[in-house]
Amino acid sequence: MSTTALSQFSIPFLMGNSLNAWSEALAGFYLFGLPLGLVIIAAIPLVFIALYSLTYGVYGERKISAFMQDRLGPMEVGKWGILQTIADILKLLQKEDIVPASADKFLFVVGPGILFVGSFLAFAVLPFSPAFIGANLNVGLFYALGIVAIEVVGILAAGWGSNNKWSLYGAVRSVAQIVSYEIPAAIALLCGAMMAGTLDMQKITMLQSGTYGFAHFYLFHSPIAWLPFLIYFIASLAEVNRAPFDIPEAESELVAGYFTEYSGMKFAVIFLAEYGSMFMVSAIISIVFLGGWNSPLPNLGAIALNDWTSGPVWGAFWIISKGFFFIFIQMWLRWTLPRLRVDQLMYLCWKVLTPFAFVSFVLTAIWEIYIP
Amino acid sequence: MQELDTAVPGSVRVTRQSDKVVIIEKDLATEQMVLAMGPQHPSTHGVLKLECLTDGEVITEAEPCLGYLHRCFEKCCENVDYPAVVPYTDRLDYLAGMNSEFAYAITVEKLLDIEIPRRVEFIRVIVAELNRIASHLVAIGTYGIDLGAFTPFLFCFRDREIILGLLEWASGARMLYNYIWVGGLAYDVPADFLTRVKEFVNYFRPKALELCNLLTENEIFVKRTWGIGIMPADVAINYGWSGPMLRGSGVKWDLRRNDPYSIYPELDFKVPVPDGKHSVIGDCLSRHLVRAWEMDESLKIIEQCIDKMPSAEGFNPRSAIPKRIRPKAGEVYGRAENPRGELGFYIESDGKSTKPVRCKARSSCFVNLSAMKDLSKGQLIPDLVAIIGSIDIVLGEVDR
Repeated sequence: MSTTALSQFSIPFLMGNSLNAWSEALAGFYLFGLPLGLVIIAAIPLVFIALYSLTYGVYGERKISAFMQDRLGPMEVGKWGILQTIADILKLLQKEDIVPASADKFLFVVGPGILFVGSFLAFAVLPFSPAFIGANLNVGLFYALGIVAIEVVGILAAGWGSNNKWSLYGAVRSVAQIVSYEIPAAIALLCGAMMAGTLDMQKITMLQSGTYGFAHFYLFHSPIAWLPFLIYFIASLAEVNRAPFDIPEAESELVAGYFTEYSGMKFAVIFLAEYGSMFMVSAIISIVFLGGWNSPLPNLGAIALNDWTSGPVWGAFWIISKGFFFIFIQMWLRWTLPRLRVDQLMYLCWKVLTPFAFVSFVLTAIWEIYIP
Repeated sequence: MQELDTAVPGSVRVTRQSDKVVIIEKDLATEQMVLAMGPQHPSTHGVLKLECLTDGEVITEAEPCLGYLHRCFEKCCENVDYPAVVPYTDRLDYLAGMNSEFAYAITVEKLLDIEIPRRVEFIRVIVAELNRIASHLVAIGTYGIDLGAFTPFLFCFRDREIILGLLEWASGARMLYNYIWVGGLAYDVPADFLTRVKEFVNYFRPKALELCNLLTENEIFVKRTWGIGIMPADVAINYGWSGPMLRGSGVKWDLRRNDPYSIYPELDFKVPVPDGKHSVIGDCLSRHLVRAWEMDESLKIIEQCIDKMPSAEGFNPRSAIPKRIRPKAGEVYGRAENPRGELGFYIESDGKSTKPVRCKARSSCFVNLSAMKDLSKGQLIPDLVAIIGSIDIVLGEVDR
């Protein structure tokens, strides 16, 4: 990341600069021919997200659903059941790792791996703060969209390799769903890219910063920006198999869909990938439409809220808060809505979301060209 | 030309142009797959097994396989005295134990031709209607789960919990009550019981509407159930359907009205049937709505019973219970309106024994489920789940 781009911000750069210096110093070291610094820098968000996903994501889901359903949720392990997920991980680690006798062993083992990798590769291009991005690709958005599609291969491998009819149904449904919903999702994100004029995630974020805080976000950039925002949010739910689009794992229809046969750590890995994906799409929507790591607070004359709440650490705080916010909405929807049927899902994608995505694409283009 | 016509259906799509057969598409054949849905499947409501023949996600045939919960109810009855059958009837439809006991009690009383104290009848109706509400709450809640909405289920169970508490207070058990005995009751209701029931009725009336709206005001829920699994009224009658299933097809048939027993003729309540505005008559949504409306009617019945209840002075719930039940030789068929339809008992007595020679239970779920083959043809797997949920089976009653 170029330091000149950053110099326009009136934020204390002590933290960011030292991080940069640290990473540059690390980049000098090589381990097995790989730049060690880059490996570590890229690994930190992954480690963070892995911890987050397993502990707070699962715990949050259980607590949020409990509050919605007039019950308490986990209360026994630790205060308010806060250690429940750790207990669950320990339990999963001890579980026997069962591979069904008639399963395709290679696909069965490789499936969760692909799923996990596909879900977490996109984290490399997510800017977590002005000074913190795994790989600052100039086609970051494109990369993130593309790499998510790898998940489909993992799901298909898991579903087919399980040699279970329910898994196969789940896998086939999932492939049809994810591939279809990529289209409205991609077009909606293109609207964001059009407003920014770049696919670079870090640049998209920087272009949304300013002293008026949230007013600079692309959601408020044009009168029709809410449309791609909404379309991407709905499509992203389908892409990460969340309700009401959770038909690949519809537990009342397909038992557990493509991961019916999985147990132990493989199951945990699939679970982790799911929560990782949830955060990933939440982060992408916050970056493209809600300013990523920018503070939403405006400067009110002498009360420079925006200046006070900007900076590398604040940036990480903001993007994670925004991510959590969207995850909360995903959970809220999950515990509120019934599940769509397969054909209704496809109807929604091809006859509602895709045409509206095109409409918003054209309108955004007109806005960008004629209204500067 | 002739060969093409007799080819495997689906393998070639042909069309006729004047006298020529034109092939549109070749090699369309998709293999059919046998799919065993259950006995361990989350949405078969127990241990029902459906053997489906599927083409992709489309069901070409579904055959219910029963017997996984068969506990020899009828044989057991032949080996115990008449009063000892009551606990077994609880275990038929375990979600509506009171109703099953009620049906058995009125059948044996019909055989014995005995008079029951009036207060007993009122208490019986109150507990039976309470249990009907509890049972419909489970039906509505689990129907939500079948369609992917988990939250209404827990809301339903929250309110069902209050009913179970009340029934536990009266009988000592939460599900398998053994409360309605032949000729009377096990105990009188506790002192404050009626006040608490009244409180519950007042609490639950707005809640029933809320629970109903939670699902029926949801676009996705309506889309999943509207026009799915339509059962015309004549076919439903031919299958012998009863209860909310038959009423869902638009037939106004309720044993409490059509073959009245106990004190039901004195009570004022409606028999709800779909009006065709909120749903297609005979579809899954109709059945769901009928259940929701019935809860409201049950509340009305309970309120009236509490108002008309004879006083407890000098009341002995066991006063009419015969010391020893030995009916005259003969047979009897008694039936009552259960939450799931008509539960009938056919009892035969030889006049010598204190045990029934034959005790057959006519189960509503079993009869309702028999239409599965007709209902499921050509449906998608998610619709199959919606249809099973709308039948609202309790496997304990199906298999007996």
